[in-house]
Amino acid sequence: MQKDTRARLIKDGAIWGFIVLELIFFSVAGHFLSLSENAFMDLENMLLLLKQSAPIGIIALGMTMVMINGNIDLSVGAIFALSAVVMLDSMGWAVFAPLGDWVIPISWALALLTGMALGAINGLIVWKTGVDAFIVTLGSMLGFRGLVFMYNGEQPTFHLNWTMVDMAQASVFGLQTPSLVLIACTAIVWWILNKTIHGRNVYAVGDNREAAVNAGIRVGPHMMINFVIIGFLAALSSVVFYSASGSVNPNDGMLYELWVITAVVLGGTKLTGGKGSVIATFGGVIAIQLLRKGLGHIGADTAMVSLVIGSILIVVLYLDKQLNRKGAEDLKL
Amino acid sequence: MADERTKQVGAFLARQGILVAFVLFMIGFALANHRFVAIDNILGVVRSSAILGVMALGVTFVVISGNLDLSVGSMMSFSTIVVLDLHDKLGPALAIPAMFAMTLALGALIGFLVGYLRLNSLIVTLGMLSAIHGLTLTYSGGKNMDIADKAGTWFGGIGRGSVLGIPGPILIFGLLALVLGVTLAKTPFGRKVYAVGGNGTAAIFSGIPRARVVFMTYLVSSFCVATAGLLQASRSLGSQNTVGQGLELEVLAAVILGGASLLGGSGTVFKTVVGVLILGFIQNGLLLVGLEFYVQYVVTWIIIILAVWLDVAAKRGRILSPIA
Repeated sequence: MQKDTRARLIKDGAIWGFIVLELIFFSVAGHFLSLSENAFMDLENMLLLLKQSAPIGIIALGMTMVMINGNIDLSVGAIFALSAVVMLDSMGWAVFAPLGDWVIPISWALALLTGMALGAINGLIVWKTGVDAFIVTLGSMLGFRGLVFMYNGEQPTFHLNWTMVDMAQASVFGLQTPSLVLIACTAIVWWILNKTIHGRNVYAVGDNREAAVNAGIRVGPHMMINFVIIGFLAALSSVVFYSASGSVNPNDGMLYELWVITAVVLGGTKLTGGKGSVIATFGGVIAIQLLRKGLGHIGADTAMVSLVIGSILIVVLYLDKQLNRKGAEDLKL
Repeated sequence: MADERTKQVGAFLARQGILVAFVLFMIGFALANHRFVAIDNILGVVRSSAILGVMALGVTFVVISGNLDLSVGSMMSFSTIVVLDLHDKLGPALAIPAMFAMTLALGALIGFLVGYLRLNSLIVTLGMLSAIHGLTLTYSGGKNMDIADKAGTWFGGIGRGSVLGIPGPILIFGLLALVLGVTLAKTPFGRKVYAVGGNGTAAIFSGIPRARVVFMTYLVSSFCVATAGLLQASRSLGSQNTVGQGLELEVLAAVILGGASLLGGSGTVFKTVVGVLILGFIQNGLLLVGLEFYVQYVVTWIIIILAVWLDVAAKRGRILSPIA
């Protein structure tokens, strides 16, 4: 019993322990290796880190829900791009011209609706056809990207609105808008997963779909709602990011799905469903960003970052397997 | 009785649906544009599909054994860069085997992690995608790789030359497809690959060394990737270090289009070749009809979903999923 508790503590705390290790390592190593005068762990640097984690982090929250549910979504990068295109393009529509700056909330709403609609398409296909979510979203990753290109060809879409930039870069207590959105979303998704019936069903469906069906959960619509949520969060991430930058290339957001999944898996969520925590995902997102920033701080290049993150992902998977090993499950394949 | 017949038609479509779709496509495009069926156009399409195709052959083995390989794209960049770099240092005759050895070593590492340590293949190969990308960038120092003396080497002949009018890449693709197709369909190893993917536990109880079989599938996959890298390098004689980026998902799309189930246990090399050709001809056909290249993404999306849906629907005997 006591051993169980200890193993659980190690597992739940692992990602935070890892973050602390990273902080210590980069502070010490930075002292000797860094060319910069600033300490790695200064407040400004940490706040910047939080802000830079936001685009991947917001999507990772939704991915956690979908993965606990036993599904996966590979189309988030394309949803991210298409929402941005809709947002920036709609700001220039003649219909909205009389509204002045009031066009901003409308464009935001349109972008979020786009994300939800794309998520609903994924969810509906998964529900009605019974095809595996991996294949469905692999297909829509291509399809949605095609829609991005069809919207505006190979040209970047841009619209600079200073009011919007100001809003995107506003800050409270030193936390800029992206960081605030990330924190608020983490809290909301945590609440959904832990305090609502829908959240309980997310775990139930992911743990044992048959049993969930027998318990009277309508699995199809349930999964569709989760795809709508991740679509919404991918669009929200896009809104936060592109409100500041004001320009989107049709290739933007490519490989985001891989970064997001890496963060979620680092946080300990199982691909097989049924287990996972959104707080740990938040930790995973921070850990990755810390690694990128820290390696940059001590003078390593992007090549080293890719190498290290890939290796860590595999090592984490191995350790996780060792911690979870039970005699009976040894033969399970 | 009528029900019976519907089921038979359904079963036939599920087994051969991808071929039927392929033929319909070819006829449709041929009617829209005569150039589509011109022999040089067809050769052109097959040649440009060859690199993707060679990679898809290897991934077919991995998928049939019930695993995934998302690292093939970045591994292909790696082998392309390595062979180009070694070409100038060791000469082509030594560079090619050296590159194959290095790529196979990466495949062996993945095979060890997935086969012997039984780690989840999706995450392992996702990690390797990133790690190999880093390796490639470190190796090349972030620079593009070029062969110094492009005119004075026979190296380009592999990707650019032709034998009896058949371009080299097609020849290599065809030969590899033949060898791997026979291996999968006619040898004990091939049967073991199906057994492991169909039911891993049952395979172990019938004395099949699951770990070794999985290990071997990744070796096959990395061999194919090395071949693809060789073709890419010799065709372009110079390359960016991100040349294979994103190919892993296109390869997977081709394999799935060919009807291999991600759950493992089903699929054939021949059908994968059909899947690859469908992707290639759709792309070409849409361009010839005058559409932009990106329209193919949307068309591919719809075709993948329909193909897999048809397959799943025929297996369960009803069109819509029974989940409430």
